[in-house]
Amino acid sequence: VKELYDAVLSGNSDAAKRITEQAIASGVEPMRLVNEFMSPAMAEAGQRFENGDCFVPHLLLSARAMKTSLALLRPLLVSSGASAIGRVVIGTVQGDLHDIGKNIVGAVLEGGGFQVIDLGVGVTPEKFIAAIHKHNPEIVAMSALLTITMLGMKDTIQAIQAVGLRRSVKVLIGGAPITREFATQIGADDFGSGAVQALAAAKRLLNGRSHPRV
Amino acid sequence: MNALIEKLLQASPVITDGAWGTQLQAQGLQPGEIPDAWNLSFPERVRQVARAYVEAGSQVILTNTFGANRFRLTEYDLRAKLAEINRAGVQISRQAAGDRASVFASIGPSGKSLVTGDVTAGELRTAFEEQAHALADAGADALVIETMSDLEEAQLAVAAAHATGLPVVGCMVFDSGRNKDCTMMGNTPEQAAAALTAAGADVIGANCGQGIAGFVAIAKRLRAASNRPIWIKPNAGLPRLVNGRAEYDMTPESFAGFVPALVAAGANFIGGCCGTTPAFICAIAERRAPALRGHD
Repeated sequence: VKELYDAVLSGNSDAAKRITEQAIASGVEPMRLVNEFMSPAMAEAGQRFENGDCFVPHLLLSARAMKTSLALLRPLLVSSGASAIGRVVIGTVQGDLHDIGKNIVGAVLEGGGFQVIDLGVGVTPEKFIAAIHKHNPEIVAMSALLTITMLGMKDTIQAIQAVGLRRSVKVLIGGAPITREFATQIGADDFGSGAVQALAAAKRLLNGRSHPRV
Repeated sequence: MNALIEKLLQASPVITDGAWGTQLQAQGLQPGEIPDAWNLSFPERVRQVARAYVEAGSQVILTNTFGANRFRLTEYDLRAKLAEINRAGVQISRQAAGDRASVFASIGPSGKSLVTGDVTAGELRTAFEEQAHALADAGADALVIETMSDLEEAQLAVAAAHATGLPVVGCMVFDSGRNKDCTMMGNTPEQAAAALTAAGADVIGANCGQGIAGFVAIAKRLRAASNRPIWIKPNAGLPRLVNGRAEYDMTPESFAGFVPALVAAGANFIGGCCGTTPAFICAIAERRAPALRGHD
């Protein structure tokens, strides 16, 4: 099963699938596969990406391999009482139609074990609120690429507050122009300067909740 | 070498233009508005930006057509006006340029990404062919494929532009990796030079992504890896956020101070990207005079 680590790190989905199937057949505990091999591999891929030693395509391949394995393991994890570690509603804010960065973050969050509901680009505060009602996520993640549209995040947070849902969700923001200072200023719970940081922040936010989803 | 490029390069470096988006915002472009639509709704304001660059000393100006491809226009319900917006963009820059500057029409990235499977290579090719033909039919002197993060997408765009018969500039954003000398997808200047040249680019280069200091080494590597002239358009340093707006600390003078180093590194076309203004182009033009005398 050590090969599973290598398969996720190198982004080989076919190998990840094969090894996971074999491991399941031979009775290896699913949670052990996730915690001892897959998550550390994904973390290492993220670290290499952050250091500038690997690039977006590689990170996406690793996330895809991770997702492939997780898809096989999820039914088993559910029966043992654990499923997706959390649910995230994600979208690029109103006025901003950039979806590449948001899609990368979505893929990495999925690779990290989250269920991701993607609302697309140019998402209005009303659409975010409707999605919170519908999907009951732990986290709302907003993206903006442009300095001129990042204030849409503030509007969305205020709208969520106005309908009384602010305490039901954690708000995570990200995108090229976003800084921690800005996140604090507009009342977001956390921020990620890139996909890897967004995953780390999402996990932090989940741990901060009193009743984590099992 | 293409005749127009050869003629321009008789007095190298050629001065290109600076940023358009920030200039249009100063004229009232709102957050979330697509700048390209202004070619139809506020042509006079767009013309003012183009004219300011010609007056500042640009010998090559671009067009307000960076995002006028079918993917972006569809998002603003402007798909049906694609040809019209691109044509107006070329006409506006042409009117501002007169016989003082050449008009190189801008083609930016699609906004969709191949690696996440948003779009296929075939769909990208069709989209770039459509925009390139619209710009060529409108009488552009050349086409500029710019701000590309993905070399595969850039190659498709360069090939589509090349098929019009116009000279083509192909340039990438180098902002990733340990030394900020790779594209977002991990390609080096050497790989970019080879791929863009193979796709039919007459001029290759780098724009956006980082401040001007980092462009000297990139220009040098592009120069060493290719026999094509080099096009360089850096940002005015890194932006700082002040009250929700991006502000750039670098002055036109300090920006222009890098011009001799860029020329020595092999840059043939020099202008600016995000954060640069007509004042930056003025400052480059003042620097260029002594640089030229040095070649006499």
